[in-house]
Amino acid sequence: MSIPATATGVATVAPATRRRRLPRWWFAAALVGVLAALSLLQIITGAEDLASSGTISATIIATVPIMLAGLGGLWSERAGVVNIGLEGMMILGTWGAGYFGYHHGAWAGVLGAILMGMVGGLLHAVATVIFGVDHIISGVAINIIALGAVQYLASLTFVDLPGGGQTQSPKIDDVPTITITSIGDHLQTVEQKDIFFISPVAALGRALVTNLSLLTLISLLLLLVTYWLLWRTAFGLRLRSCGESPAAAESLGVHVLRYKFVAVLISGGLAGLAGGFLVMVASSNYRDGQTGGRGYIGLAAMIFGNWRPGGLLAGAGLFGYTDTLGLRQGGDSVHALLLAVAIIALAVAIWQARQGQQRVAVVTGFTALLVGAVYFAIDEVPSDFVTMTPYVVTLLVLAFASQRLRMPAADGQIYRKGSAG
Amino acid sequence: MTNARILKLVLGVASAGLALVAAFAITSLVLIIAGDPVGDVWSTILTVPETRNLANIINNATVLYLSGLAVAVGFRMNLFNIGVDGQYRVAAFTAAVVAGEGWLPGYLNTALAILAAILVGGAWAGIAGVLRATRGVSEVISTIMLNFIATSIVAYLLREVAVREEGSNNIGTKIIPEGSRIPGFAIGDGPGTEIYGFLFIALLVGFLYWFVLNKTRFGFDLRATGQSTTAAVASGVSVKKMTIIAMLVSGGVAGLVGLPILFGDAYTYGSTFQSGLGFAGIAIALLGRNNPIGIALGALLFAFLDEQSNKLQILVGVAPEIVAITQGVIVLTVVISYELVRRYGVRLEQQHVARALARPGSDKPEEVSA
Repeated sequence: MSIPATATGVATVAPATRRRRLPRWWFAAALVGVLAALSLLQIITGAEDLASSGTISATIIATVPIMLAGLGGLWSERAGVVNIGLEGMMILGTWGAGYFGYHHGAWAGVLGAILMGMVGGLLHAVATVIFGVDHIISGVAINIIALGAVQYLASLTFVDLPGGGQTQSPKIDDVPTITITSIGDHLQTVEQKDIFFISPVAALGRALVTNLSLLTLISLLLLLVTYWLLWRTAFGLRLRSCGESPAAAESLGVHVLRYKFVAVLISGGLAGLAGGFLVMVASSNYRDGQTGGRGYIGLAAMIFGNWRPGGLLAGAGLFGYTDTLGLRQGGDSVHALLLAVAIIALAVAIWQARQGQQRVAVVTGFTALLVGAVYFAIDEVPSDFVTMTPYVVTLLVLAFASQRLRMPAADGQIYRKGSAG
Repeated sequence: MTNARILKLVLGVASAGLALVAAFAITSLVLIIAGDPVGDVWSTILTVPETRNLANIINNATVLYLSGLAVAVGFRMNLFNIGVDGQYRVAAFTAAVVAGEGWLPGYLNTALAILAAILVGGAWAGIAGVLRATRGVSEVISTIMLNFIATSIVAYLLREVAVREEGSNNIGTKIIPEGSRIPGFAIGDGPGTEIYGFLFIALLVGFLYWFVLNKTRFGFDLRATGQSTTAAVASGVSVKKMTIIAMLVSGGVAGLVGLPILFGDAYTYGSTFQSGLGFAGIAIALLGRNNPIGIALGALLFAFLDEQSNKLQILVGVAPEIVAITQGVIVLTVVISYELVRRYGVRLEQQHVARALARPGSDKPEEVSA
């Protein structure tokens, strides 16, 4: 913490492309904006479920595992190790939660998930940091190993238990939840009055005081802790310097390999916890194939969020929200969202035109018209397209905002000790 | 320099052997820790397969071989095509629809369907190629996204065009007419000993892979770009163009992956069509060191492990998924042992040169002492 404040600029501001940075309160502003927009949309289109407390609750539960996986990706990639093995580490976490959760109670399940994820992280760290294996190859291998290992372990440990089997564990105790009935009831009355903006805020409040799992709170806390550790401490600065310029870091006396090793271990632990969350909060037992590619989605959310915690949460929220809509007869809701997308795209097109980017503006404007036409042409969006939405959005963000995204400069590069020369 | 070539071959085989031994050792360790009978597991897996099992092994290897080739095309150009999985599902679905409609008679229909599969697989991968070339988007991430998108699109389209399979709740595309199927050939008596006729197409693709990459200007450019972008640019290669073409070719080969099953066994693309063949392809391409014969051996090994492990549950009471651990560990040990053996080879060569220079009659031996 004795590092001068200017030194933290290493990670966020490249010298040639100094840009305006988002103000500190952007996240709160975005949340208010999203709630207001959803509320307006609810009133215009009559899609009731867009911002109900049920939707918000489900969104939170769908968001947290993606966020945790993304957080795992953040730790490792900030230290310069690409972690495509998040999926495998999550899978290991689901078994850890199932096994330890059943035998030793809910909190042991949480610890078990973290530990099993760390086993995956350890494997990745040994392969990439010590043996210098290509990060992607190691990640792919871990995903293959983890899937096989967990299926093997499940048939070894769950088959003889009551209610267990080759593909699922017995039911596990829940992590304690918080419910404040008095506040919740008041908020419910407000929510049901359908007042612009006030009702969605009440719905959000109600979702936060009704059956809120402690694990959700812990996870959000971990996001804050990560931000503080990585961006506000000397430890974090050193860790990030390993991802930006390991040779420079080593020449300044940072144990690059040790930092990378620790970062990947923590990454594994967080991914494991993400798997644990799926087992203990999103459902109540281990099931085969439970992760459903959420490790990859977490990675996408992190990239969507430009390798920053706040952006990562926004990305995870987007995935979580569309995921939820897909499950809750979202065809209607997503149909309503199309209108919003069309209007936003139109606004962006006008803005781009005024910025002098005529060609891009034409493309965006055309997209806006197309989406608008689809909105009026159909009554409901097929559920497959709902589930597809976040991936398409990520792809579009990568395609159109890739110039604004900035990954750690030495991300994915293999570093050998002594390269500082 | 035949000695050097022999040495290279020996080292290559040795590194693959080392990787396998290490992978088997680690798997055994897992079995011991879990308290499963190690000896019984290996003696079950390492038996000579029966004819029926052999047919299964060769059939699965055919599919895995194509998947490995698809990934290897990308590897040669330093591109990571994680999206073989999505590409082959989109392509197999298209081929199933085209073949099922039967616009053309007999084998013309088959050829049209195969062509459609190659084009669609290539186009699907091409999206990632274009994004990489024009917008600098990592092909790893974009192909992962495209895998998920492929799942949704195929699921949606399948429900649009599907007909219900007789006697089950599964839905699938129209059954391919008999005249357009690719006949297999039996290697033994009784049912289940047929080998996909598509095997020959796969072997042809393997030959083309070798020929195009090693014997043509295009292949040289592709490998050059993969090994050194700057050198390629200096010799007049457009890296952007090569990136897109490599992804198109990789995706085109990936488009073939599902077809042996489609034309030789399933005859329809249904909701239960085999998935997950793409990731095995990555492992196999690595194991085979992007060499067409190496990939074939890798595919046979993976198919062998898969098939032989099926008996584990019944005979020894061990979950067959244990071989997935072996397969995953092989990927890691292969990469590590290639690196170790490569360093060993370099050292051998240095010693060889040093000895040659130190021999009486040659002057200045101190030049290589550093």
